[in-house]
Amino acid sequence: MPGITSYGAYIPLHRVERSEFRRAWGGFPIPGERVIANFDEDSITMAVESAIDCLRGIDPKTVDGLFFATTTSPYKERLGASIMAVALDMRRDALTMDISGSLRAGTTAIATALNTVKAGAAKSILVAAADCRIGAPSGDFEQALGDGGAALLLGGDQPIATIEGSYSISDDFSGVWRADGDVFVRSWEDRMVLDEGYSAVLPEAISGLMKDYNIKAGDFAKVVYDCPPDFRRHARVARSLGFDAAQVQDPMFMTVGITGAAMAPMMLVAALEEAKPGDKILLASYGNGADAFLLEVTEEINRVGERRGIKKHLASKRMIANYETYLRWRGLITLEAARRPEKSPTSISAVWRARKQILGLYGARCKSCGTPQYTSPALGGVPIRICVVCQAKDQFEDYRFADKRANIFSFTHDNLAASPDPPVTITVVDFEGGGRAVFDFTDRDPDKVEVGMPVEMTFRKLFFDRGIHNYYWKTRPIRC
Amino acid sequence: MAESIKDRVAIIGMGCTNFGELWDKSAGDLMVEAAYEAFEDAGIEPKDVQAAWVGTCHEFSGMAGLGLSVPLRLQYKPVTRVENLCATGSDALRNACYAVAAGIYDIALALGCEKLKDSGFSGLGGAMVGGTNVRPSMTAPGAFAMMATKYFARYGLSAEEGKRMLAHIPVKSHHNGSLNPKAHFQREVTLEQVINAPIIAWPLGLFDCCGVSDGSAAAIVVRAEDAKHFRPDPVYVKALQICVGPGEGIARTEYDYTHVEETYRAGLAAYAEAGIKNPRQEISMAEVHDCFSITEAVIMEDLQFSPRGRVKEDLEAGTFTLEGDLPIQPDGGLKCFGHPIGASGLRMMYEMYKQLQGKAGPRQIKDPKIGLTHNMGGQPPACTVSCLIVGL
Amino acid sequence: MESIKDKVAIVGMGCRKFGENWEQSSDDMIIEAVYEAYEDAGVGPNDIQAAWVGTIASGAAGVCLAEPLKLPRIPITRVENFCATGHEALRNAAFAVACGMYDVVLACGFEKLKDTGVGGLGVGRGLHPVLEGRRTGPGTFAFIATRYFYTYGLSREEGKRTIAQIAVKNHHNGSLHPKAHFQREVTLEQVMNAPIIAWPLGLFDCCGTTDGAAAAIITRADLAKKFRDDPIYLKGIGLAANQILPHFEPGFDWTGFEMNRSAARQAYEQAGIKDPRKEMSLAIVHDCFTITELIIYEDLGFSPKGRAKEDVDAGTFTLEGELPINTDGGLKSFGHPIGASGIRMTYEVYKQLQGKAGPRQIKDARLGLSHTLGGPPQVACIAVFGNSPG
Repeated sequence: MPGITSYGAYIPLHRVERSEFRRAWGGFPIPGERVIANFDEDSITMAVESAIDCLRGIDPKTVDGLFFATTTSPYKERLGASIMAVALDMRRDALTMDISGSLRAGTTAIATALNTVKAGAAKSILVAAADCRIGAPSGDFEQALGDGGAALLLGGDQPIATIEGSYSISDDFSGVWRADGDVFVRSWEDRMVLDEGYSAVLPEAISGLMKDYNIKAGDFAKVVYDCPPDFRRHARVARSLGFDAAQVQDPMFMTVGITGAAMAPMMLVAALEEAKPGDKILLASYGNGADAFLLEVTEEINRVGERRGIKKHLASKRMIANYETYLRWRGLITLEAARRPEKSPTSISAVWRARKQILGLYGARCKSCGTPQYTSPALGGVPIRICVVCQAKDQFEDYRFADKRANIFSFTHDNLAASPDPPVTITVVDFEGGGRAVFDFTDRDPDKVEVGMPVEMTFRKLFFDRGIHNYYWKTRPIRC
Repeated sequence: MAESIKDRVAIIGMGCTNFGELWDKSAGDLMVEAAYEAFEDAGIEPKDVQAAWVGTCHEFSGMAGLGLSVPLRLQYKPVTRVENLCATGSDALRNACYAVAAGIYDIALALGCEKLKDSGFSGLGGAMVGGTNVRPSMTAPGAFAMMATKYFARYGLSAEEGKRMLAHIPVKSHHNGSLNPKAHFQREVTLEQVINAPIIAWPLGLFDCCGVSDGSAAAIVVRAEDAKHFRPDPVYVKALQICVGPGEGIARTEYDYTHVEETYRAGLAAYAEAGIKNPRQEISMAEVHDCFSITEAVIMEDLQFSPRGRVKEDLEAGTFTLEGDLPIQPDGGLKCFGHPIGASGLRMMYEMYKQLQGKAGPRQIKDPKIGLTHNMGGQPPACTVSCLIVGL
Repeated sequence: MESIKDKVAIVGMGCRKFGENWEQSSDDMIIEAVYEAYEDAGVGPNDIQAAWVGTIASGAAGVCLAEPLKLPRIPITRVENFCATGHEALRNAAFAVACGMYDVVLACGFEKLKDTGVGGLGVGRGLHPVLEGRRTGPGTFAFIATRYFYTYGLSREEGKRTIAQIAVKNHHNGSLHPKAHFQREVTLEQVMNAPIIAWPLGLFDCCGTTDGAAAAIITRADLAKKFRDDPIYLKGIGLAANQILPHFEPGFDWTGFEMNRSAARQAYEQAGIKDPRKEMSLAIVHDCFTITELIIYEDLGFSPKGRAKEDVDAGTFTLEGELPINTDGGLKSFGHPIGASGIRMTYEVYKQLQGKAGPRQIKDARLGLSHTLGGPPQVACIAVFGNSPG
């Protein structure tokens, strides 16, 4: 029986107290805190982080496909999964697909991946879900939403949890939506949205699953299902279906917020972190209908290696100073432009040619002298064809730096450079195993940066300009 | 390697505009001013120039030889544009000298110019070529700040100690600049002002950074044997060295970020070419590339004026002041002139020329024999460095 | 003043295939061109004492050559002089060798034009912020055709037929060159009936836009035979820059350029050439547009003023003609990666003078020149080479 063979998750470092929103706008207070993606993060970067976590100890070249589930892809026409596949160092013949349009895109991707495996079209498919939805300033969504991602590897080979069955409903209802061109989430009157949508359709799917597979409420070790913006409704669903509070997986509303298509997958990762062999788990997600799955944890759960997952990411956090920082990071207000030179146009040709160096962070190792080396694609010398040490020509093997740790050799906090999070901290780093390069340093506390500090690589968005999202790698403190 | 340029070419005329935020002047205006001062100084007519080399770094200051031939209305003369980042002006002079030394031309003009203040922002800029746009968001101060961070760490200086050491450099240069009517900044600053100035790129503060200005400077070169036909006090070229790095520092962990190999090697080559054994003793004065205070500090060590890691002692002892053993930046340096990129190398040479002729007014150094100019382009891991030596 | 004649020699050259090299960066092309030159000269990177690099906008400073080649901290100068950029790298390298400063130097020209996402060159930048906005290359050179046809009484049909023959000739030559971008022949009718780009110039009157790189190893003439039996010697090199955009030059006739004539005078005088039509074995000239090549025949003294048509009609400049021009296919077939062109042209002169031009080989080549004309246009460079000293 095929199922989940690995899991991983990502939660951005930064959080904000929900009271900050009230400080700005007044109004009804919602308790807790929410996650704020850094200014250089989006659904693609968070999905990449989740996927990297999921693939720890697994060769990405063995994975046959990548499904990216989100409702906030940065592109309308350009495949997010194919950008991610290069960043993740997957095979060129991997099956790539973006699944979007619904808040249950994450579970739809899981179902589709499972069916692909069952049909024998692939041995393993990686599902990476992430969302970075935005609520209009002063509204409830602004407080309720959060950012994050999760990744699940599906396959037939020694699953840690088998997927025993599923049940799906399609239900057209314009309760919560975004039309083409909308930045902010729209919503119909919330009581109807919940009564006729979430609170009706989700239990219907769960009940359908339980009936089909002859399961009772008490049989589940954990029940994992989406949480609506009004988090009180989450517990009400449990009560209506006869689940005990102890069975219900924490929707992380007080710590993360509603993470859209990534919500149910993130909660599932949290459940798997605590799961024991033999546990039955319910996974359900709501969005223009609902998906419900029956999972059974196997002995293989014990062999899953170190994951940052939900637990470690959740514990590693930094509060942002204030609401204004959030507005600036999300680009929700127009700030005076830095008096810096205009960016020259990005050349698609040049980016394409250096895609492996840029997205995959590949450098080269000289076969003659053994030195690993990297050059910034914008500073010349890409691809590396002549060794910087011994001048041997065209005697290189590929060498990936994305998965290497490094130490800060020197740094600066640059106040002149334009940034949504000044000062720009730049690091010169030496990689463990050799190689040196210079990168922007993200998720840092300027007061704590030191020469010699260990860092790791993280996939981020450098900027958006003239229709192009330019992704690249940055350094960051070892996260957790 | 073949021969030395020593004493084969002489400078017989120079010109230099006022440097500053010259809102009302175009690059062409500045070129005309610098060139005509040089023509007059050399006692020649524009039509006597047989070939010219123009140094501009950015295309907005002029492209091709036309950037010079059009404003000067040179009539179908060979005019070459040279670009080598911050060493642009010095390299224009070098190429002109080679053509004259080869005998192809008798009188050549080398001119550098940059019009930086048409950009609408402060600091340097100008889109780099390349196209991927994938690069760290670092500015020039940020790039050089890396050297300060590492210098402090390597030699065990606290941030306070390090900043105080560096602050001696702008204090000295601002003093010199206050004596120079062509400088952009002509005011003195105190050590405390420098140390407490707003941070631009940590640990470098406002006064650790040079200004951004417009300017132009020019030189007329002839073969040495012809020089005295033009004037009794020509200045002779002793060495012309350029050293361009392969970008090792950014790819090799061996690079220490506390020296610039290109400067060290350009210095060695220039000393060999000029026959200098002990630079600290034999060089009378120097204009070096003080784009940032840390840059000047490291250059002192790379050019062997101070022992490695010990420039602090010389800075504290006042070695590099106008009255010191080895005056550095007698005209105020990039610190006070700003850095119109193509012009800087020739602006530095203008000061060496005037000092050697004993015409530097209140800044005059006693009895100088040998002067050195140094430019450094790019950023510490990958630089293009010029090191030129002239003398009597 | 002295002449540069026989003071320096080229002992190795390399040229990367020109074209839309999407898969190659400038660095790749530089490496291929330079390593071919190293091999041809029998030298290695550590033998190079100094270098000159020509690019108009694909790289900055000497660093743009040092970084890809990982040259070991030698002096490298970037020169830029519009379309004469590649020639300028050769010229300044030659002077430095001639004055005795260096024994072995590298001159390399390159350009990566195909990273812009648009066809053609950019409009002139840095010349005038307002006026330059709408000027294109074809637009400027079309002025010459209009005025030339008018001045010499050629009907539209006659004029277009005259210049069309140049495109046909160059495409034929290019079809014999494996490094050319375009390697197909075209017919007179195809050229004449092609879509108009800037009246009266049609598509085939215009050269292509390509990526490319080319390189030369230069040494003192007295050292040349240590490297190879068949070096070529620099006989003369002339460069002339105009003082005003021709569009604003009072009395300018738009049928020829004084820069061409001045550069030719300098080069011929240094080389001791009295009658270029008789003495030159071949010429590789700046055929950015067919009309440009036509007036170059006159400016360089190959055809009498106003009578180039007679030579074109007589086939004087074909491979089998009296004075073959653009034997490699010219800019027409190679396109015009600006910094590379002057050295690419010299590459053909070099191969022809060595008798190594394969199916394009002309008979008894002894003296050849390469010529670039650049800017709006405002600068010209001519380099004359011969295969024996004296």
